[in-house]
Amino acid sequence: MPAADPAVKNAKNNASSRLPDLKPVEKIALFRQMLIIRRFEEKAKQAFTQGKIKGFCHLYNGQEAVAVGTISVLNEDDAVITAYRDHAHALTRGSDPNACMAELFGRITGCSRGKGGSMHFFDAKRHFYGGHGIVGGQIPLGTGLAFAQKYLGTSRVTLAYMGDGAINQGSVHEAMNLAALWKLPVVYIIENNEYSMGTSQARSSAGDPLTKRAGAFDMAAIQANGMDIDDVRAKTFEAVSLARTESLPTLMEIRTYRYFGHSMSDPGKYRSKEEIEARRRNDPIELYKARLIEQKVATEESLNAIDEEALAIAQASYDFADQSADPEIETVFEDIFAPEDQIAEFRPSPHG
Amino acid sequence: MPTLTYREALNQALSEEMERDERVMLMGEEVAEYDGAYKVSEGLLKKFGPKRIIDTPISETGFSGLAVGAAMYGLRPIVEFMTWSFSLVAYDQIVNNAAQVRYMSGGQFSVPIVFRGSSGGGLQVGATHSHTPENWYANVPALTVITPAFPDDAKGLLKSAIRSNNPVCFLENEKLYGYKDDVPEGEYLTEIGKARVRREGSDFTIVSNSGSTHRALNAAAKLAEEGINAEVIDLRTIKPLDFDTIAASVSRTNRLLIVEENKPFAGWGAQVAYQVQRELFDDLDAPVHRVTSLDVPQPYNGRLEQAVLPNEDRIIAAVRELLA
Ligand SMILES: Cc1ncc(C[n+]2csc(CCOP(=O)(O)OP(=O)(O)O)c2C)c(N)n1
Ligand SMILES: [Mg+2]
Repeated sequence: MPAADPAVKNAKNNASSRLPDLKPVEKIALFRQMLIIRRFEEKAKQAFTQGKIKGFCHLYNGQEAVAVGTISVLNEDDAVITAYRDHAHALTRGSDPNACMAELFGRITGCSRGKGGSMHFFDAKRHFYGGHGIVGGQIPLGTGLAFAQKYLGTSRVTLAYMGDGAINQGSVHEAMNLAALWKLPVVYIIENNEYSMGTSQARSSAGDPLTKRAGAFDMAAIQANGMDIDDVRAKTFEAVSLARTESLPTLMEIRTYRYFGHSMSDPGKYRSKEEIEARRRNDPIELYKARLIEQKVATEESLNAIDEEALAIAQASYDFADQSADPEIETVFEDIFAPEDQIAEFRPSPHG
Repeated sequence: MPTLTYREALNQALSEEMERDERVMLMGEEVAEYDGAYKVSEGLLKKFGPKRIIDTPISETGFSGLAVGAAMYGLRPIVEFMTWSFSLVAYDQIVNNAAQVRYMSGGQFSVPIVFRGSSGGGLQVGATHSHTPENWYANVPALTVITPAFPDDAKGLLKSAIRSNNPVCFLENEKLYGYKDDVPEGEYLTEIGKARVRREGSDFTIVSNSGSTHRALNAAAKLAEEGINAEVIDLRTIKPLDFDTIAASVSRTNRLLIVEENKPFAGWGAQVAYQVQRELFDDLDAPVHRVTSLDVPQPYNGRLEQAVLPNEDRIIAAVRELLA
């Protein structure tokens, strides 16, 4: 079952207008998408503990409103690129949860054929450009996607995500200057979850808020509350509109929080249990749930039924991954080079 | 003699050298308050304080270059890369600055710096995180490149590296951090540029380094059950290369197998093979054989990654060919 309800994708903006109000069915679709991510990640956590997932596995719990809110204002053919904490972005773009879980298991049915793993999800069909393991490395790429979108005369835009720690890489600053200088339709999104591994923002970044970094480039900057999906949507809509109509970049800082360790192998001694508990009380999914009930968009029972569905999707992805085959050894030699016969002049003549 | 893990041996070397010389300091991501991503610097913040054990932002270009400048000014910095895969972000600072300043300045400036951190594959962390870059750095004329395989060498070589007045790339192996062995206490220095025979044998010679030395020794133990006796040389230092130790062995066994985790094209073994054929051509009873990583990016899937690495099966198959 595809992860993104069509209603999410249809909640697109049309460039010059204000963010349209969501229909009840669209609101429920956003709620559903956040829950699918949460249940998927919990399943991944369990599979990691069982030894079915290896290497690094960075979970998204607590940050769901960021990926779902930002991507919900995109068109289907806009581009998305992010770092290694990438499961949610792929799922929200519409990647099949089965293919995502299978990638975590390293199976041939995975979204990167078992070659990428948790940090390197890709889904070309859904305009998802990865899944990148080197901190800050994806930001020049995202800028290049926007460059190509403009070069080719599309009216598409790119969302390029990074963590609060990544903002201190030179590659990020070089790319932002290029985007501002050349007026590229890219939105840089800092998912500020307050920590880069065990380092708090205060110990890693001079200058607060991080959106100040845009000032030097005369680039638009905007902040959003990442625990409130409606705020995320409203602010992202402004940035996306600026990119789409004026071809101008924006730096967004979305304040959020991750509930689990940096990766599965992080003991998390740098913050207290009390801090995590306090932040969990401001949960983006619970917040939205209460709002939907208050707005009489849905009843508690109907939303709980959606949770049952999300749990089933996560379980189905686990079963699918577990039953999928490992890649054949020969596949190790595939996907390295483009076949030379892609060059028309080198193609063998049909006449022999 | 106390038994220490490779990790503890490195920690001891860092601690002893910092006690000995105030100008030695350590910087890198998560080295201080987190005690190091791989716990190599555990306890050092407590001992030496935040002036000398310094957490950096994720800015490899910036802090590596900063450390090179500080070295030119007389400090003796140790820069930790969380893994050597991330050193690529700092490649320009290492290659164009650390490695060229002495020469370009006609010898006026020294760059006494150690770049260190974990490296190597086999952990299923995919193509961006699994590099084995000793050959990339060994290709740069003024760099010293060290890759210890055992705890005693980890300690002795790191202490020597910190005392060296040259820029040193010190590549630890993530899979070896928990490996235990005897390590001499106190002042114990290992000479840079000297290989070590880790197993004596007469039928053929294996030259290897780092994690591959352990693969070679395991394969050699299996072959010994069949009465085939391998001599295993652990290079320890990739550059300068200890050709004399290799030559002494090969001129006795007349057969050479190289085992390395580098990708094959211009891996360090290609240089060894060149020198052996150039200088020991008449001693050889068979062509030099080489088992390297396969010439493909590192896959995530565990079976595929094991196939890519210079595994024991491929080593034993190569030995059969070498002795045929
Ligand atoms: C160039 C580079 N340096 C270091 C790392 C190791 N590393 C991976 S994630 C991370 C922390 C990043 O924090 P942040 O940007 O805030 O993103 P978050 O994990 O919070 O989503 C570090 C240091 C890396 N992958 N790449
Ligand atoms: Mg962060």
